[in-house]
Amino acid sequence: MPSTEIKEIPSNEIASPSDLSRTPLAVNALVKRFGALTAVDGISLELYAGECLGLLGPNGAGKSTLIRAIVGRVIPEGGSVAIFGYKAGSTEAREALGWVPQELALYPRLSCRENLGAFGRYHGLAGAKLREAVAWCLKWAALEDRANDLVGQLSGGMKRRLNMAAGILHRPKVVLMDEPTVGVDPQSRNRIFEMIEALRAEGTSIIYTTHYMEEAERLCDRVAIVDHGRIIALGTNEELVQRSFGSSNQVRARLDGDSAAISAWVERHKGRLVEGTAEFTLEHPTQIAGLLEDAANSGLALVDVSLRRPNLESVFLHLTGRELRD
Amino acid sequence: MIFSIARTALIALRRDRAALALSFVLPLSFFTIFAVIFGGSGNGMSKIHVILVDEDQSRASRDLAAGLGREGAIWISTRPEPKNKSAPQQPDYTAATAEAAVKAGDAPVALIIPKGFGAHPISFGPDNSGNAAPQIQLLNDSSDMIAPQMVAGLLQKAAMTAMPVDMAELGMKYTGQFIGGLTPEQRKVMDANLDRLRQIEKDGPQNGQATPSSATSSEPFGGGGGIIPVNSRAVLGDSSHHSMISYYAAAIGVMFLMFTASGAAGALLDEQESGALERVLASRVTMTTLLAGKLLFNTLLAFLQLAVMFVWAQMIFKVDLVGHLGGFVVMGLSTAVAIAAFGILLASICKTRAQLGALSTLVILMMSSIGGSMFPRYFMPESIQKAGLFTINAWAIDGFTKVFWRDLPIAEILPQVGVLLAVAVVLFLIARRAARKWEFA
Repeated sequence: MPSTEIKEIPSNEIASPSDLSRTPLAVNALVKRFGALTAVDGISLELYAGECLGLLGPNGAGKSTLIRAIVGRVIPEGGSVAIFGYKAGSTEAREALGWVPQELALYPRLSCRENLGAFGRYHGLAGAKLREAVAWCLKWAALEDRANDLVGQLSGGMKRRLNMAAGILHRPKVVLMDEPTVGVDPQSRNRIFEMIEALRAEGTSIIYTTHYMEEAERLCDRVAIVDHGRIIALGTNEELVQRSFGSSNQVRARLDGDSAAISAWVERHKGRLVEGTAEFTLEHPTQIAGLLEDAANSGLALVDVSLRRPNLESVFLHLTGRELRD
Repeated sequence: MIFSIARTALIALRRDRAALALSFVLPLSFFTIFAVIFGGSGNGMSKIHVILVDEDQSRASRDLAAGLGREGAIWISTRPEPKNKSAPQQPDYTAATAEAAVKAGDAPVALIIPKGFGAHPISFGPDNSGNAAPQIQLLNDSSDMIAPQMVAGLLQKAAMTAMPVDMAELGMKYTGQFIGGLTPEQRKVMDANLDRLRQIEKDGPQNGQATPSSATSSEPFGGGGGIIPVNSRAVLGDSSHHSMISYYAAAIGVMFLMFTASGAAGALLDEQESGALERVLASRVTMTTLLAGKLLFNTLLAFLQLAVMFVWAQMIFKVDLVGHLGGFVVMGLSTAVAIAAFGILLASICKTRAQLGALSTLVILMMSSIGGSMFPRYFMPESIQKAGLFTINAWAIDGFTKVFWRDLPIAEILPQVGVLLAVAVVLFLIARRAARKWEFA
């Protein structure tokens, strides 16, 4: 579990600026409050070179606030953020970071090319470098044939891709993606996954926030599960499952019958009821036979049953008692 | 269903309390401003400043000056105001300096009482020797159509009330001259003179005759029935029509520039809402750079608008833009930068577009009404005229009037340019301060 100790941010550089081989991103005991609400409550994490670290958590867990603190757009009450040793918000940190905000932060009356040109100039690109960067981004986002279309004329998925392109135009070493697939159809989502995988292949370090378990499982090397402003678990997909469930399997069953009888049956087998579905953790798959036999003996009729290896959603449920999309 | 729609709209309106409050404040503010300006609830209409030059220094001229001085609607000055309290007293106006003062806009009217006026203060024609009586010169700026009319009327009134001795003496004289004891010869003379007066009345003033005349002005302010011989002359502009066109090109231009500037600056609020502003601030761009960029764009936009306005005025209404290009550029740029900074300030203190719309309408219309964009400031009570000095409109319009109407050199508009640039700096700094709310959470 992360430390909750609050440290003051030093006014000078956090580490030696010459040592760019240091961790791309280090967050230490970060705290951010908005009035009575503690949005980030002592989060510490490190992003390793070339990895994709997922921040998985429900809406309002504090993921976006953490991202904005890393970008330097939020002033924390405590803790520190260092990007290659530079304090968040410093010029060096800004240049090393690429940020893809959750909102479509684009100029709607400008074309794709003009938007990329504008954000490129804001990052100090000019001339041939800018033209090359814009061309690369248009190709990366598969928007070459829509380069001169206004943002307002693009589909939702295209806008999302352009939004991502505007964040990586200056080819940062660390990219922060804040729910880049919100509101896009499955086909566009796949296209976005391919873009992210292409970035990873180039060695870019990525922080990827999402509340979609499938995305975290597909894209991320490690996952930090965030809830109520804290990291409640951090590790690879397998590590997280192993830590919560060991080698156990999960059985989910829906039954018809007296609700008191169902509750008693669930309790006898140390399971739990989630939205009318009974869930059990079994060490061995063969245990399922005894489970169903007892249900039949209790006068309960089986509607359906499934056996599966626990996933990140199971881990979240296990750790918080809530569904990921609550 | 209809009530449901109305209820939803009401809830939405109640949520934006600032916009709601402003939508009630706006009409009240306007009602108050117009009531003060036209309803006489303030200090009433401002007094007309009249420069008086008494070259005659006779009893009649002094009586006339004293009579004018008692009129409540005008205030007389015989010498320029010292620039500050410790400065030495300025010499009295002469005919030449009075004319220059009217040209410079220090006063809308100057009266020159010429030498020899005391000998013939009232006149119905040449005396027996055929000499015309000296005429009072009424010099005016034709951009002000009201002041010369009022002063001409008050002059005749003062003549009737302030010179009783002259009236009696000259009445006897004219009785003797025109009636002559009613002998047949006198009757003949009287009839002849009456015939001449009738002819003058019928034909209007003739050159060389001691009757009211208008040498150069299109408006004969002396009038046909005046007892004092007055020669009214516009020293500035050959047509009040053109003066008002150049006035309103500036006045209307400035007002609409303000609306455009606040609208353009509102892009900041759109960018803040879409997240683009935050993304820009996460790049190398700082808030100061961002606002300076917006200021530059809005300044150029405002200047372009002014340029289009004046090009149109030149093409359609013959306002001489080409002849005043230097002054226009200097005044145009300083006005544009002040208005651009004003727009950015409005946007930076608002949270929503609705708030900006309500606030900008309120502030711009108030500034325009007291700053001279809707009607000239000299119509207004003195207190409102002074309040107008706190508006961008007043300084901009004054500067453009100096350039286009008074034909003054660029050095003469430096006060206006200085004030507008200072306003731009101050408003920009306040806007920068207000924009801190967008910098960090």
